[in-house]
Amino acid sequence: MSALFDCRDAFAQTLESLGADDERVVVVVNDSVGSSKVGGFKKRFPDRLVNVGIAEQTMVGVAAGLANAGMVPFVAAASCFLTGRALEQIKADVAYADANVKLVGISSGMAYGALGATHHSIEDFAWTRAIANLTVVAPADPLETEQAVRIAHATRGPFFLRLSRMGVPAVHAADYRFEVGKAAVLRQGSDVTLVANGVMVTRALAAAELLAGTGIDARVLNMATVRPIDRDALIAAAQETRGIVTAEEHTVYGGLGSAVAEVVCQHAPTRMRILGVPGVFAPTGETAWLLEHFGLTAEGIAEAAREVLGAGAPAGGRP
Amino acid sequence: MTTTTTQRDAPRPELVARLRQLANEVRQRDLKMVHAAGAGHIGGDLSAIDVLVTLYFGVLQVDPARPDDPCRDRFVMSKGHCSGALYTTLAFAGFIPRGWLDRYMAPLSPLNGHPDRTKVPGVETNTGPLGHGLPFAVGTAIGAKLSGASWRTFVLTGDGELQEGSNWEAAMNAGHRGLDNLTLIIDRNRLQQGDAVANTVDLEPLADKWRAFGWAVREVDGHDHEALLEAFGQLPFEAGRPNCLIVHTHKGKGVSFMQDQAGWHHRVPTDEELERALAELQEVAS
Repeated sequence: MSALFDCRDAFAQTLESLGADDERVVVVVNDSVGSSKVGGFKKRFPDRLVNVGIAEQTMVGVAAGLANAGMVPFVAAASCFLTGRALEQIKADVAYADANVKLVGISSGMAYGALGATHHSIEDFAWTRAIANLTVVAPADPLETEQAVRIAHATRGPFFLRLSRMGVPAVHAADYRFEVGKAAVLRQGSDVTLVANGVMVTRALAAAELLAGTGIDARVLNMATVRPIDRDALIAAAQETRGIVTAEEHTVYGGLGSAVAEVVCQHAPTRMRILGVPGVFAPTGETAWLLEHFGLTAEGIAEAAREVLGAGAPAGGRP
Repeated sequence: MTTTTTQRDAPRPELVARLRQLANEVRQRDLKMVHAAGAGHIGGDLSAIDVLVTLYFGVLQVDPARPDDPCRDRFVMSKGHCSGALYTTLAFAGFIPRGWLDRYMAPLSPLNGHPDRTKVPGVETNTGPLGHGLPFAVGTAIGAKLSGASWRTFVLTGDGELQEGSNWEAAMNAGHRGLDNLTLIIDRNRLQQGDAVANTVDLEPLADKWRAFGWAVREVDGHDHEALLEAFGQLPFEAGRPNCLIVHTHKGKGVSFMQDQAGWHHRVPTDEELERALAELQEVAS
């Protein structure tokens, strides 16, 4: 069992490093210093930690104002509240106004587990990727998190980074270089393609192992950038393998799977399965239990891959 | 840093006369623009124009030749639906060509119905949905304090707009942080889209509310340029407190048949109404 990492740590450490090098870096939170793990940043740069209290609309509006004043604000807050309560500010003040604001949704997906559906953020891909001029990225491990934060800082313009709090193993080699809009091919394969991001990447890799055991050669793409999505990698996958399975810690409506389907069905139609939360509010349960409940496991992904290849249950039965 | 005009340092009576004349011209131009476009929010435009003209020609440290100057004062038009008043003022102040006004809301015009900072020099942020300007302005004011800069932030909201809760989140933050480099101007014209504010959700006691949130509050006739200059000249009203200037205004000010009529929130004048409105304004100006 490899070591597990909470990507919030990589986020917080990177932010501190950027804060030391660049006085324009400010962090804006909604009483979320602890949950965003920015206590270290606050200690080192107390003036540049702007805590607006429990006020998400103002949190994002203030960040846009700080950007106007020449700062580089990182908004760090639970993704459910950041995207749910401040969506219009994200749209108008940040994306439409092209403000240099970096939005970081913490504890996304079902990371809050048994706290329940109010705290789950399984709609945030759908909401944010529908907004023009907003880059949407869900890193899979600490290295990718660090690089995404650094790229967001170095690139002028609006970003939404979607982080979890669930432990994940490192899936990228030390020489990996994240690029916005580029899928990472974590495993080559010619039978079927598994597309995942965030906490689902490690499960997709495990599914590929399971499939290899039964003679199925699965390609695995880490599609960290949901918008702009890597069309070339998806078209290649659709043409070079016999089907695509997507897996996301998000509702199946409007998220990664939908983004993949938008490309595939228009440019290289192929058989697909979209795995995620099937359009319901999750029942009570811890995160790992919920992922299992919804089939978001290595076994679940492998089974979907077999279906796509026609080796399992007939395709086309799932909504 | 220069100001938009040289009138700023003129003896006050001359400046006041100049502001009055400019406001009259801006009103006429805005009316023609809304009439030609067949769209706009003329009632709220007319209530805000005296404040806008006073700010741009007598208060703000801004330079139309350098609209992105990091040291400029920030003016945030939170009541973005009154873009007509803002665009006309920006055109008179030299931020945008006056010719742009001929294409207000026309296809592919930079002058959208609500201001877009990526297209219009002098616009600080994109507004339209209400309750966005004050949180943004709190952010710019915090940014100025963080960098030790002396530029100031001014934000104009409607009064009905204060029904949006985001304003009160921002009000708490500004009070908590003592942002005396921030000035909120409330266009207190007492009317919102559908009815009187008092008949919808009343705001009174409005000044007390802001005082309770830690702000220093003044009230002034929002159509009296001299009183406006006087009030802006006293900023900050109290060291260590954000400033709230409630400007008592009339929706449709300057045109008798539009004034204080909720129906003129976004009605467009007919040819005949435009003529009458312009005649009234020209009579006052002469």
